[in-house]
Amino acid sequence: MATAGERLRVRSADGAAVIDLPSEVDAATETVLRDAYTEAAAAKRTIALNFAGVDYINSTGIAIIVGMLARARADGHIVRAFGLSDHYREIFEITRLSDFMAIYPSESSALGPR
Amino acid sequence: MLSFARSLRWVRGRGSEPTASSARATDRSTARQLHRTAETPRVDIAPNDPLVMYLMSAPGPVALDGLQLDSPALRDLRAAGVKLVVPLVSQGELIGTFNLGPHLSDQEYSVDDRRLLDKLAAQAAPALRVAQLVREQEAEVRARERLEQELRLAHLIQQQFLPRKVPDLPGWQVAAFYRPARQVGGDFYDFIDLADGQIGLVVGDVTGHGVPAALVMATTRSAIRSEAPRLVAPGAVLARVNELLHGDMPSNMFVTCLFALLDPVRGRLRFANAGHDLPYVRRAAGVVELRATGMPLGIMADSRYAEAETVLAPGEGLLLHSDGLAEAHAPDHAMFGFPRLRDEMGRHQGGQPLIDGLLEALDRFTGPGWAQEDDITLVTLTRSARSEPREIASFAVPSRAGNERVVMDRVAEAIAAAGIDMPGLARIKTAVGEAAMNAIEHGNRFSEEVPVGVQVLATDDEVLVRITDNGGDRAMPEPSQPDLEAKLAGKEKPRGWGLFLIKNMVDDVNVRTDGPRRVIELVARLKGGRDGDSGRAS
Repeated sequence: MATAGERLRVRSADGAAVIDLPSEVDAATETVLRDAYTEAAAAKRTIALNFAGVDYINSTGIAIIVGMLARARADGHIVRAFGLSDHYREIFEITRLSDFMAIYPSESSALGPR
Repeated sequence: MLSFARSLRWVRGRGSEPTASSARATDRSTARQLHRTAETPRVDIAPNDPLVMYLMSAPGPVALDGLQLDSPALRDLRAAGVKLVVPLVSQGELIGTFNLGPHLSDQEYSVDDRRLLDKLAAQAAPALRVAQLVREQEAEVRARERLEQELRLAHLIQQQFLPRKVPDLPGWQVAAFYRPARQVGGDFYDFIDLADGQIGLVVGDVTGHGVPAALVMATTRSAIRSEAPRLVAPGAVLARVNELLHGDMPSNMFVTCLFALLDPVRGRLRFANAGHDLPYVRRAAGVVELRATGMPLGIMADSRYAEAETVLAPGEGLLLHSDGLAEAHAPDHAMFGFPRLRDEMGRHQGGQPLIDGLLEALDRFTGPGWAQEDDITLVTLTRSARSEPREIASFAVPSRAGNERVVMDRVAEAIAAAGIDMPGLARIKTAVGEAAMNAIEHGNRFSEEVPVGVQVLATDDEVLVRITDNGGDRAMPEPSQPDLEAKLAGKEKPRGWGLFLIKNMVDDVNVRTDGPRRVIELVARLKGGRDGDSGRAS
């Protein structure tokens, strides 16, 4: 599991770049997340965020994800998400992030043909 | 053989109809036929006509020729060609007459003729009387049935428009009672679900009884139901309903109505009153009236309704009522009265026990066999007494970035250690984390020597987390829905989710300042809380 200071692993799979997010999505991981996004965006048009290992997202983390979505919109990338817990899925709905980022139950469904 | 006048009519000796008799001039071509009365012109005999007395005391048939009486009926009978009148008397009462024209032989009626007619009359009179009584009785039965049917209809309309059940409000005991008078007054009450969990409370009384009152009641109720969700403010709702009713309503009718808006979470009650009986609130210090004034609905255009507001604290109760109880009379004509109602309200716990207590007091007052004079409507809402919150944890953390995680974990541990089964613990953790982060960053500005205080309390149905910082001089902005579109378009910074998250993760957020300190209190209810409230974006 990646933590602050390390680079995040960006995997290439089935036409999408998958970012395995760290256990905490907050101010401490902002830089590595931004770097991972840059790397993924350079590789593929579709970027899938893997939340399976995430156990903490705070308001700063929400802002980081919003920032990623804003970048994706500006340069024509598609962002998908999978592996969210019920709690964070609810938060993504309340914040309406789910209106702008399709949420899938699993990696295979996220990478499947649309 | 006798020559009969074409027909006869009977006199109604009883009842409100004028005493009447009729005859018709002899028509020789039809003189032998006995016709039905429908096509014969009537000769009415007024009850005070001297002819009535004369006929009643006559020993038999009366020849009109040569009769000296100042009688309009006599003139009418003669004009109709009647020569001989045979009184039909039953039990000393003139109940009809046979009216005969001239004898067909152009001779006078003989003694035999008269004897025969007299015998006929003696037999016909009781039979006619029986027929009359049967008719009267049938008419009475029909009138009573009509009235009963109207009452049934009024009941039906009334029942149709009263709530089937009282609302289930967590933390409140709600009970309602409605009992129509036999005549069915126009009482009504209603509960209306409104935005943000607020609830509209309605109690009203239409003047009059029966179907007209029931129809006006139904109209008023529907008008309130359709306007309340849009206008919400009680004064505005009543003003609008008054506009709708005024002009449409019979001029001799009006509606008294109280509309109140209850925020069940905070106990806040806003209300306006269109001339209805004032509600009572039972407080620790005693029962008080809630005052608000305004004209009854439907009387005049452009009525305005002042709003008043109060708060029902835990343990306090509200009673909405119609005058059917307070204006009930005992056999000695004493009235139950508002002071007695007020005293009784102070004597009973809220909910159903209050209603039962009031009805028992009414029974004692009126005694057995009381005929209820008007509809009785009672609606009561009592806020459950809050159990004193008990502290289950209290600690402080230095104002260092990342310590919000410590606060989150320790709050969650305290809740678990207290044996509280908290559905949605993840939500309260998220809210606590955001509030703690806010305290560290904005309240105490990362000054490590200034601690963030955390207190966790629990009541039987709530968990409260109070987070204290030194930001007493800084107001906390009102949380609003962040503009995600603007953020995604790069027109706004991506940040600004903290207060929005807090607000959406718990049931209530209270902020207060105490000198240099600022306290944010997060309230999470164990039951009837946020569950099922998610997914609003979809």
